[in-house]
Amino acid sequence: MPAVSKGDGMRGLAVFISDIRNCKSKEAEIKRINKELANIRSKFKGDKALDGYSKKKYVCKLLFIFLLGHDIDFGHMEAVNLLSSNKYTEKQIGYLFISVLVNSNSDLIRLINNAIKNDLSSRNPTFMNLALHCIANVGSREMAEAFAADVPRILVAGDTMDSVKQSAALCLLRLNRTSPDLIPMGEWTSRVVHLLNDQHLGVVTAATSLIITLAQKNPDDFKTSVSLAVARLSRIVTSASTDLQDYTYYFVAAPWLSVKLLRLLQCYPPPEDAAIRGRLTECLETILNKAQEPPKSKKVQHSNAKNAVLFEAISLIIHHDSEPTLLVRACNQLGQFLQHRETNLRYLALESMCTLASSEFSHEAVKTHIETVINALKTERDVSVRQRAVDLLYAMCDRSNAKQIVAEMLSYLETADYSIREEIVLKVAILAEKYAVEYTWYVDTILNLIRIAGDYVSEEVWYRVIQIVINRDDVQGYAAKTVFEALQAPACHENLVKVGGYILGEFGNLIAGDPRSSPLIQFNLLHSKFHLCSVPTRALLLSAYVKFINLFPEVKGTIQEVLRSDSQLRNADVELQQRAVEYLRLSCIASTDILATVLEEMPPFPERESSILAKLKKKKGSGTVSDVEDTRKERNTNVNGSTDHTTATTNTKPSPSSFVSDLLAAAPPPTNRPRPVPSSSILHMPLSPLSPQAYAVHSAAPLTPFYQVTSSPSSDLLGLGNSSAVNSGSPPAASNAASLLVDVFSESLPVAPLGTASAPIIEENFSRFVCKNNGVLYENQLLQIGLKSEFRQNLGRMYVFYGNKTSTQFLNFSASVVCHEPLNAQLNVHTKTADPVVDGGAQLQQILNIECLSDFVEAPVLNINFRYGGSVQNIAVRLPVTLNKFFQPTEMMSQDFFQRWKQLSDPQQEVQKIFKAKHSMDTEITKAKIIGFGTALLDGVDPNPSNFVGAGVIHTKTIQVGCLLRLEPNTQAQMYRLTLRTSRGSVSQRLCDLLSEQF
Amino acid sequence: MIGGLFIYNHKGEVLISRVYRDDIGRNAVDAFRVNVIHARQQVRSPVTNIARTSFFHVKRSNIWLAAVTKQNVNAAMVFEFLYKMCDVMTAYFGKISEENIKNNFVLIYELLDEILDFGYPQNSETGALKTFITQQGIKSQLQTKEEQSQITSQVTGQIGWRREGIKYRRNELFLDVLESVNLLMSPQGQVLSAHVSGRVVMKSYLSGMPECKFGMNDKIVIDKQGKGGTTDEAGKSELGGSSGKQSIAIDDCTFHQCVRLSKFDSERSISFIPPDGEYELMRYRTTKDIILPFRVIPLVREVGRTKLEVKVVIKSNFKPSLLAQKIEVRIPTPLNTSGVQVICMKGKAKYKASENAIVWKIKRMAGMKESQISAEIELLPTNDKKKWARPPISMNFEVPFAPSGLKVRYLKVFEPKLNYSDHDVIKWVRYIGRSGIYETRC
Repeated sequence: MPAVSKGDGMRGLAVFISDIRNCKSKEAEIKRINKELANIRSKFKGDKALDGYSKKKYVCKLLFIFLLGHDIDFGHMEAVNLLSSNKYTEKQIGYLFISVLVNSNSDLIRLINNAIKNDLSSRNPTFMNLALHCIANVGSREMAEAFAADVPRILVAGDTMDSVKQSAALCLLRLNRTSPDLIPMGEWTSRVVHLLNDQHLGVVTAATSLIITLAQKNPDDFKTSVSLAVARLSRIVTSASTDLQDYTYYFVAAPWLSVKLLRLLQCYPPPEDAAIRGRLTECLETILNKAQEPPKSKKVQHSNAKNAVLFEAISLIIHHDSEPTLLVRACNQLGQFLQHRETNLRYLALESMCTLASSEFSHEAVKTHIETVINALKTERDVSVRQRAVDLLYAMCDRSNAKQIVAEMLSYLETADYSIREEIVLKVAILAEKYAVEYTWYVDTILNLIRIAGDYVSEEVWYRVIQIVINRDDVQGYAAKTVFEALQAPACHENLVKVGGYILGEFGNLIAGDPRSSPLIQFNLLHSKFHLCSVPTRALLLSAYVKFINLFPEVKGTIQEVLRSDSQLRNADVELQQRAVEYLRLSCIASTDILATVLEEMPPFPERESSILAKLKKKKGSGTVSDVEDTRKERNTNVNGSTDHTTATTNTKPSPSSFVSDLLAAAPPPTNRPRPVPSSSILHMPLSPLSPQAYAVHSAAPLTPFYQVTSSPSSDLLGLGNSSAVNSGSPPAASNAASLLVDVFSESLPVAPLGTASAPIIEENFSRFVCKNNGVLYENQLLQIGLKSEFRQNLGRMYVFYGNKTSTQFLNFSASVVCHEPLNAQLNVHTKTADPVVDGGAQLQQILNIECLSDFVEAPVLNINFRYGGSVQNIAVRLPVTLNKFFQPTEMMSQDFFQRWKQLSDPQQEVQKIFKAKHSMDTEITKAKIIGFGTALLDGVDPNPSNFVGAGVIHTKTIQVGCLLRLEPNTQAQMYRLTLRTSRGSVSQRLCDLLSEQF
Repeated sequence: MIGGLFIYNHKGEVLISRVYRDDIGRNAVDAFRVNVIHARQQVRSPVTNIARTSFFHVKRSNIWLAAVTKQNVNAAMVFEFLYKMCDVMTAYFGKISEENIKNNFVLIYELLDEILDFGYPQNSETGALKTFITQQGIKSQLQTKEEQSQITSQVTGQIGWRREGIKYRRNELFLDVLESVNLLMSPQGQVLSAHVSGRVVMKSYLSGMPECKFGMNDKIVIDKQGKGGTTDEAGKSELGGSSGKQSIAIDDCTFHQCVRLSKFDSERSISFIPPDGEYELMRYRTTKDIILPFRVIPLVREVGRTKLEVKVVIKSNFKPSLLAQKIEVRIPTPLNTSGVQVICMKGKAKYKASENAIVWKIKRMAGMKESQISAEIELLPTNDKKKWARPPISMNFEVPFAPSGLKVRYLKVFEPKLNYSDHDVIKWVRYIGRSGIYETRC
């Protein structure tokens, strides 16, 4: 039949294509195309009527030319005409041309939309399919706008054919992806869910894809899909491989649909209904069972399909994390895959196991595979698989196997690929710290790490070692010894020299007794490395040398010689030169006492989240998802509804109990625990006259003056940020006492439970700050406010720390200080504006500068506003700025005291109060409180030794008020008598009120 | 210097690969193919730098010749060499095509060994090469020992381009002045740019070692002689027909290696011992007082969106006794042309869709004549808003005079050792003026 051959053949097209293929050169091809285009143009000339076949043929040719990379600027009209043809082939070509070539701003779009509408409303399923495919292929906003209502209607209409339903579901999915805002959710949503029950498996597959996407957006609307999905899944899983006919792929029943259903279930928490839950468990068990059966076919497709379903089932099990038996079975199954021939399977198994390891139920099961994983690490050929093995080892590590795993990772490190070395180093460092049973092992491991990995050891790692060694008395001697031995090696990595310099500088004295490591030998050892090091390391070594001068006076001469040499004193580097000059002068001028104070041992570090962990998290970023916690978090975020559930289980997980665990406790609230006041502030004082400018730079980070070159951004990584705000202004005694007081209070006074934020001014903790400067001022579920303050004469500076206790951001955060009448005339408070956004878990610092103009009674109020979630939070807290803060203690002899006491004999000047003791009457605590109050505690003034006498001067801008106080405790009656005499009556009254509250 | 030389076919397959220096690796062959021949966008620059390696290429039909170097060479020298290479190959086996190259690849390697030594160009004179590189295998039986030793002395001697002892019964000399005239003209007939590049090609069949002297109407020479007052000698031996203009200004010229440059510098006379056979004596360029053989007057009118009327008049502008040949006018058509009707008074005109142009061909046309073509072009409306760029109308032709006005005044031959004089030599002179890029905007 010629007509048929004509219709199917399109000989002209075939000839044209073969001509093009035969072209020898590009020029020839262009010539041929030009000729053809001219021909088509002459055919498309308006006056001639073309039959459908020729139109189709020419449109086809145009399409082909376009696909070869040439511009087509005509023929669109003809293609649109083809849409209204009744012949399938013509319509098809028309749609093809339009989905490939028509851009959205074409003026033909209305014609096209019209044609599509006609096809959609026709009863012909093939035409409807073509139209739906075109909508999906173009997928533009215009299309979505035009057909957002039609497509869902077709999808859920009762009389729609299966194949059309399938297309409609996928079309809707596509539109939903491109312009989700245009797809209205309506009553059709509930009916979509019921498509899961459809007879036709193709429809179910398409609908499942659609539901997964929709469920991620509005989980509640599609909750009902869970039970249907489970039912469908169980039917598929239990069916014999031949039941599903077309949907059986190499003996696996509907693998794609199974995978999609399992994915859908991962959008939701485990079903609550016991029956459904049981059925689901059954399904999962069946899938796991099937994995054990011998394969029905040797073809790779069979095993691929089977494993795809299996892995998806396992990730569902991991997601639910509720059935211990399933988890263990999954783990065993993955264990088998670990030794599988297929690299991909090994990779997937390691990856899944990583997530399994974090589940409490399967952690033990995962651990049984340790040998295999270690073996994989050693023998695996593919680097990405090795990487996964490292991740898994990290995830499965706990105290029982830490030593083995760390040792294996260390040994692997020597041969590891460069790309993953740094990560391994961080992981080893973290594991060593987290699961350290004894510190000697920890120190050994890290030093080994530095030795092996060298360049790949980031700064954080060695910071951390030093932090731990400094904070732990018991390990210092061992560390010094080990470092000393490690430094003996002819070639040391610079990081090792840094650690060595720091530790020997601090604790060299602990091993100086041994003649093999006498001070001179230690010094010579360090100095032998000096010239090979970079500037920052040299600077550190110089500091170590000056510390040596303090520790070992016998090497002073040698060290001074070194400092004096031209290579130091005239070093081109400013930092080195300055250090050399200053240290040399310091060692020459200062007496041994001053030296001992200045060069005192470093104070322990405040404890906060391990900087290494932070670094690892940062390094991971959003890239490879291997860190267990990250993975889980990520999963949770895109899986709504189950977030609470998983976090709950994470919380119930026994936290790794080790005696360092507090080191790792994520960001402890800044002032909840006793915070040692770093005596580095003391260090500043005597040094500052020497070179104020040098330390002005340094004062941002207390450690830096000695061990770090200035302004390195990582200085804060040592966990020192907080201590920077130490009251360097107050005299040492006072700050020490303050710390003592902090101890007392934080132990004796439990944090008062506070309700949610409310507008009334909160002053619960106010009285606690009368005698101390640092602590937690306020705390609720969202926010914690910590304070650090320092006062000098009539000036004060207060650091307010706002800690966001939640995981979400605070927006529009603002904090301001209000002074009501008449306080605003007496006190000047200057606030620096704070950052408007506080990230979840982050801390924000705000600095208040306070100036006392004259004596005052009231206290300023701190107003805090921010948006958390949707609601605006208002908190008002009274700031503990009290008159006694501006005390300057005065030491005086008994004689002077009584002389002044008598001078202040005016009745207004004296205020006396007798009150009952609220706390136990411990002498030491009382002493500490009086010192904390700001006065000097005078011994041997009062004839009765059990009485306390204090003196001080209150500085305001206008006047200075001398103040004498006397506290007489009566232990039998549990009473106190407090007498205050000051030159101003109002001051006496206020001070008396403040102090009497404290006992 | 040149590190290597590759010849590719149009598919990028390597036909010939000759590497002269170690710094050129095998991957250079692929680098050129990937980055130039198979480049997604057509590479227009003849010099391409890939990974610190420079590739200089020329294309002959479907064949790519590429010279490669890692050094900072004189690019003009490399191209000159490549053109010479093409000439040599053409002289040996005719047209450069894949087939010919495949058939002659032993010969090509032999040639490459001879004309380049460690990347330095050597003797590329076809005549000389042909004496010792032959296509018929070794002819040692036929060649005497003397002849063989002569080759060596000739190649290494002072006059490397001519061997001694050539004898012709008839001493003949052919001289062709070949010029190509380039023009860009505005629609109103204003000359926007015009220049002539010309060549003097000679074919000499002279016995012995003749000394030749070539004279033309170079302005500097004429002026000098005019001052000296010795025009009689020049006037006597003038070869070409005299026309109105006396002398021309040559912008720049280059000579064959046989020309004694010192003499040209001092006396501006061109004297040389010619190679045997065909060679290019000199190349020159002029920009002033160019005789434009044709004038094109276009007239384009757009009638609505779907129609275009074009009328083109050409006028020949030379002596009526002369005949121009192979005239071709190419009128570009818009890209959305759907049909063309052409009417022309003379010759044949046709719409060539594959080239998007109307091509009008006239076999012969005498001077001071005029002819015209008119065409109606139907257009298909498109949704493209781009306007037609109206490319210029171009023209091809051949005329029997030199558009630059150059005239050969004399060519004298002296052979002191043999007994023939200048008068015994039969001399032929021919002028051919061709169109280069000869365009008129419309």
